[in-house]
Amino acid sequence: MTPRGMNLDTAKIKTVAEALLFVSEKPLKVSEIIKVLSDSSSVSPYAVVAALEELKVEYIQSQRSFRLVEIAGGYQLRTVPDMAPYISKFLAGEERIRLSRPALETLAITAYRQPIARSQIESIRGVDVGGILKMLQERGLVKIVGRTDAPGRPFLYGTTTLFLEHFGLNSLADLPRAEELAVGKPQEEKSPPEGQA
Amino acid sequence: MQAHSSRDDARGQNQDGPSLESCRVQLDVFEGPLDLLLYLIRKEEIDIYDIPIARVTGQYLRYLEMMKVLNLSFAGEFLAMAATLLYIKSWMLLPPEERTEEVEEPVEDPRAELVRQLLEYRQFKEVADDLEEKESLHYRTFQRHDTSAPPLEMVERPLCDVGIFDLLTAFSEVLDRAGKREGFHEVLEEDITVPDQMDLILRRLREQKELIFHLLFPKEAGCTMIIATFLALLELIRMKKVIAVQERPFAEIKILAR
Repeated sequence: MTPRGMNLDTAKIKTVAEALLFVSEKPLKVSEIIKVLSDSSSVSPYAVVAALEELKVEYIQSQRSFRLVEIAGGYQLRTVPDMAPYISKFLAGEERIRLSRPALETLAITAYRQPIARSQIESIRGVDVGGILKMLQERGLVKIVGRTDAPGRPFLYGTTTLFLEHFGLNSLADLPRAEELAVGKPQEEKSPPEGQA
Repeated sequence: MQAHSSRDDARGQNQDGPSLESCRVQLDVFEGPLDLLLYLIRKEEIDIYDIPIARVTGQYLRYLEMMKVLNLSFAGEFLAMAATLLYIKSWMLLPPEERTEEVEEPVEDPRAELVRQLLEYRQFKEVADDLEEKESLHYRTFQRHDTSAPPLEMVERPLCDVGIFDLLTAFSEVLDRAGKREGFHEVLEEDITVPDQMDLILRRLREQKELIFHLLFPKEAGCTMIIATFLALLELIRMKKVIAVQERPFAEIKILAR
C-alpha cells in the first residue's frame, strides 16, 4: 500500500509488459504477463491490468503511431487507422482476405446463434450454405463444436478465436447488438418473437 | 483463397472457347430468394409488414428471368419461392368469402410466415453490415508481424459494395433502353464474345480510372453485345480484376480496376 513501492512495481510491470507486447505475435493475455513476472514476486492481475491501462493512455498522450488494444481476450499493439495508406503501400505480401456479403451473413448467423447446425443457418438465409461454411472453416473462422441429437447427428458450428481477431473483437459480448440478439443463449430459450416484437 | 485461384485456372481454359455460349454457365449467385426479396423491399421502399404481393411477385419473376437469360447458376430455392409468391398472390386475389369457404377456421395472412422469415434474416443482414464495418476498421490497423495489407480500395475508397441484384437492375435498364430502339433485332453481332468484352473493359480501365456502368454499353448495342458485355463484367468481378462500387445504395454503378 505504500505509494512508493506501488509506483516502482507498476513501472516495472509496465516495462516488462511493453517488451512482451513488442515481441508477441498473438494477443497477449494477462496470465502470460503474470507467468513471466511471478518468478521474482507475486503479481496480481489487477496490477497488470492497471499497468496495461496506463500504457494505453501513454501511447495516446504521446501521440504514438500505435495503440494498445484488447482483442480476443488479450492485448495487442496495433497501428492507428490513419497510418493504413502508408503501411498498405509498404507491405507487399498477399492481400488480406475480405469476406463477401454471403460469407459475412453466414458468419453473423453462426456467431449469434452458436452452436448451430448447417440446416438452421440455411433456414434463416433461405439458401444452401455448404460451400460458404466450408470456406469459413478452411479460413479458421468457424469450427465444428459438437453434434446434434437429430437423425444423422449433424455437426454444430461455432466461431473461433481467429474470428474475434479478424473483426478486432475482444469477446462474443462485443458483437454488435449482442444483448438484443441474445448471443450465447441456447437455442431452446429463444422462442419466436412474442407480442412485443 | 486457394479454392478461388484453382477455380480461376479451370475457368481460364474454358475462356478459350470463342462463342458466347461456352462462357455462360459458370457464374454462381450465392445470394438466395430472401436476399432478392429484401433487396426489392429496400429498392421499392416497401412496407415489410404490408407487402404488395402482386407487385413484388412481378419484380421477383423479372429478376429470375434475367438470371435465366444470363444462364447464371442460382439456387433451386429461387423457384420454390416463386411458387410460394404466386400462391400467396392467388390467395389474396380471392374474395374473402371464398378464402374462408375452403378452410373452416380463420386463416392467418399467408404473408405472415414469409414476413417473419424476412424480418429474422434482415436482422442478421444488419449485424453483418456492422461486422463488415468492424472488419474494415480493424483492417486499417496493423500489428508488428503483419505481412499483408488489405485491398487498397478498403483503405482509400470506403464505398458501397455492389451486389448481384444491383448489377441485374442496371443490366435490365440497359436492356430496356435497347429494346425501345427500332431495328433492334436486325443488328448482326455474331462476332462478339465474352472474352473479347473482358479484354475491352480491362483496356478501357487502363486509360480511365473508372468506368460508368451504363457507358460500358454503346448506344447502338444489340442484345448479344449487351449480354456479352454484362457477362464479361460479372466474370471480371468474380476474378477480382475489377470491382463495382456505388457512392451510396442504389446510386450509379462505377467500375474500377483492381
